[in-house]
Amino acid sequence: MTKKRNNPRIAVHTYDELMDVADSTREQLDAYKHHITICVAAGCISQSSDKVLEALIAGAEERGMLDEVEIKGVGCLGLCAKGPLLRIDPEGILYHGVTVDDVDTILDTLKKGPNKKLLLSEEIPFFKRQQKVVLENSGYIDPESLPEYIAAGGYQGLFRALTEMGPNDVINEVTKSGLRGRGGGGYPTGLKWVTVAKADSNVKYVICNADEGDPGAFMDRSVLESDPHRVIEGMAIAGYAVGASKGYVYIRAEYPLAVERLKLAIRHARQAHLLGNNIFGTTFDFSIDVRLGAGAFVCGEETALIASIEGKRGIPRPRPPYPADLGLWGKPTLINNVETFANIAPILRNGGDWYAAIGTEQSKGTKVFALAGQIQNTGLIEVPMGITLREIVYDIGGGLPDGRHFKAVQTGGPSGGCVPEQFLDMPVDYESLREVGTIMGSGGMIVMDDSSSMVNVARYFMEFSMSESCGKCIPCRVGTRQMYDLLDKFVKRTATQRDYDMLVELCDLCQNTSLCGLGKAAPNPVISTMKYFNEEYQESMLQNEEALMGEKAE
Amino acid sequence: MPAPAPSVDYSTDKRWKIVEATMRRNGYQPDALIETLHTVQELFGFIDENALHFVTSKLPVSPSKALGVATFYHYFQMKPQGKHTCSICTGTACHIKGGEEILEDIRDHYMLNPGETTPDGKVSLLTVRCIGACGLAPAAVMDGEVVGNLTVEMIREQFDTWMAEEDDEETE
Repeated sequence: MTKKRNNPRIAVHTYDELMDVADSTREQLDAYKHHITICVAAGCISQSSDKVLEALIAGAEERGMLDEVEIKGVGCLGLCAKGPLLRIDPEGILYHGVTVDDVDTILDTLKKGPNKKLLLSEEIPFFKRQQKVVLENSGYIDPESLPEYIAAGGYQGLFRALTEMGPNDVINEVTKSGLRGRGGGGYPTGLKWVTVAKADSNVKYVICNADEGDPGAFMDRSVLESDPHRVIEGMAIAGYAVGASKGYVYIRAEYPLAVERLKLAIRHARQAHLLGNNIFGTTFDFSIDVRLGAGAFVCGEETALIASIEGKRGIPRPRPPYPADLGLWGKPTLINNVETFANIAPILRNGGDWYAAIGTEQSKGTKVFALAGQIQNTGLIEVPMGITLREIVYDIGGGLPDGRHFKAVQTGGPSGGCVPEQFLDMPVDYESLREVGTIMGSGGMIVMDDSSSMVNVARYFMEFSMSESCGKCIPCRVGTRQMYDLLDKFVKRTATQRDYDMLVELCDLCQNTSLCGLGKAAPNPVISTMKYFNEEYQESMLQNEEALMGEKAE
Repeated sequence: MPAPAPSVDYSTDKRWKIVEATMRRNGYQPDALIETLHTVQELFGFIDENALHFVTSKLPVSPSKALGVATFYHYFQMKPQGKHTCSICTGTACHIKGGEEILEDIRDHYMLNPGETTPDGKVSLLTVRCIGACGLAPAAVMDGEVVGNLTVEMIREQFDTWMAEEDDEETE
């Protein structure tokens, strides 16, 4: 962003000071008659939203409007397909696909009313059907401004935890909320915290896993680009609960904008004494360091991630011992995903019961999904658990483009599977997805139409797992290679029944004997496509045998 | 066996001072290795033997370990890159929406495979595992900027522009 938002030097030691910042920031914002906000997350920036922002500020300056109109960049508004997106408040006008040429039209809107050509209704199901917890600030606050986060209720959860609750109360609240790990595994967050809290050591660590490696997933990137302080607050609360005073964020180097905003947010929080020693005048100290990943999918696995932070090759080790007992530098370590931490502050602010009221019996709360592939409304969505796939694909997603026919939706990336049409009315929660042979995963949802070959999709994911295998254990290193070669035969229609049987056997072997999650889950895309789209495997074999017969006849 | 002697004088290039600053910031501990390699790549564009020699002479890490780490991670480049780089995203959404065809076209039209650089040193082609711009699939990162909704024509136009550039800065 060209116009750096003013971040006045603030220091927050007490609740009153926190409220002062919130009130004065709100006052400042309320002084403006109009607010024009434009998305400056990576998706919209690649469509030049940063240049539109610049031009808008210049245009408004020329017209002498800057005193009454606030113009700023904000985080992701969700509907990436129609970007760059721009909002005008309090009018509540949403524009899509804005360009530098539209600057005059946008500024005219304040006097003349909305321009029909650019207008996008917020009444469409894409916006109506969502429920925002993690993304509540995304698209409303300036991600580079700490005061704006505080004005939106930020750091109140941390204050409450530190001054009104003991570490056990915090953990109880998280347990009560029913929150489960959003990185894909779905392990109960409260339980994980208890284990680390109980571990006997005076040095412990908190790690935020932002190594979002699943191809087709960009939830963590958007959260960090749109509302980084939320993750910092969640980590600090976790640190207090488990007894850690040092945190690390392990983030992909491929997300430069997210890295930049996160580092800036950490610096602002430190300057404001919201990180560092004696936070809110208590005895609690907490600091956060950023560690850059370097492009290894396997580093999403906890023990590999720890090895990488220690400066080594990202190779997993057998568990147990789990990181909760023996983690970073041999100390008890809590590892949670970005989205998990992003849920913590609202849980502390509103209470665990409030959170537990959202979602289903087993899967509480909301889930952020990255909707992509052959679908009208690609973008970032947040929905309550238990919503059906049909609602996601057809209502929120707007269905498939150009009258294409739905074939499957892929969740969980290379560790997940494909859900065919007959399960469209199934609720989206951890258990239901597992029942049909896929996983929640971190939240990538790729919609495929009937032009996609499922054998090809299976080969694509196997190629991924093959090249990302760290090479430590043989079932994964050799197995993924062999399965890839077999799948390649199917794609090239040279496979035989023997190849088919071998593939089934290798899936079983790799699944049951690999060391870590990468290898154990690598066969999932093959198993699920073999189950639901077996005819495609059969077809490529059949034709091949026919071809062989033909050759013999000649 | 001692590591091969470096073929450069580290005192003449100020960039090594910045590399050293990263190591200092991390207390010259073994876990500074990956952060330091990031700094090297940022400054030099790639990591070569001289860089590894420099880093391992300051950190308590053996050259073989450092080479192991540098080659383990996809993000680290061990060869000099071209003047321009184009990283095609090979994430799922981009794959479904035609990223593969774009790679094939570059292969056929410019005889360039991922990881290679054109003979004139102008353009390097890389692939990247999902840049998180799935909403704009197929996408690529061209000289650090994300470009979405790619077509074969767009890629060709960009490549042709890059390759037609005069070598005016080469003499520097």
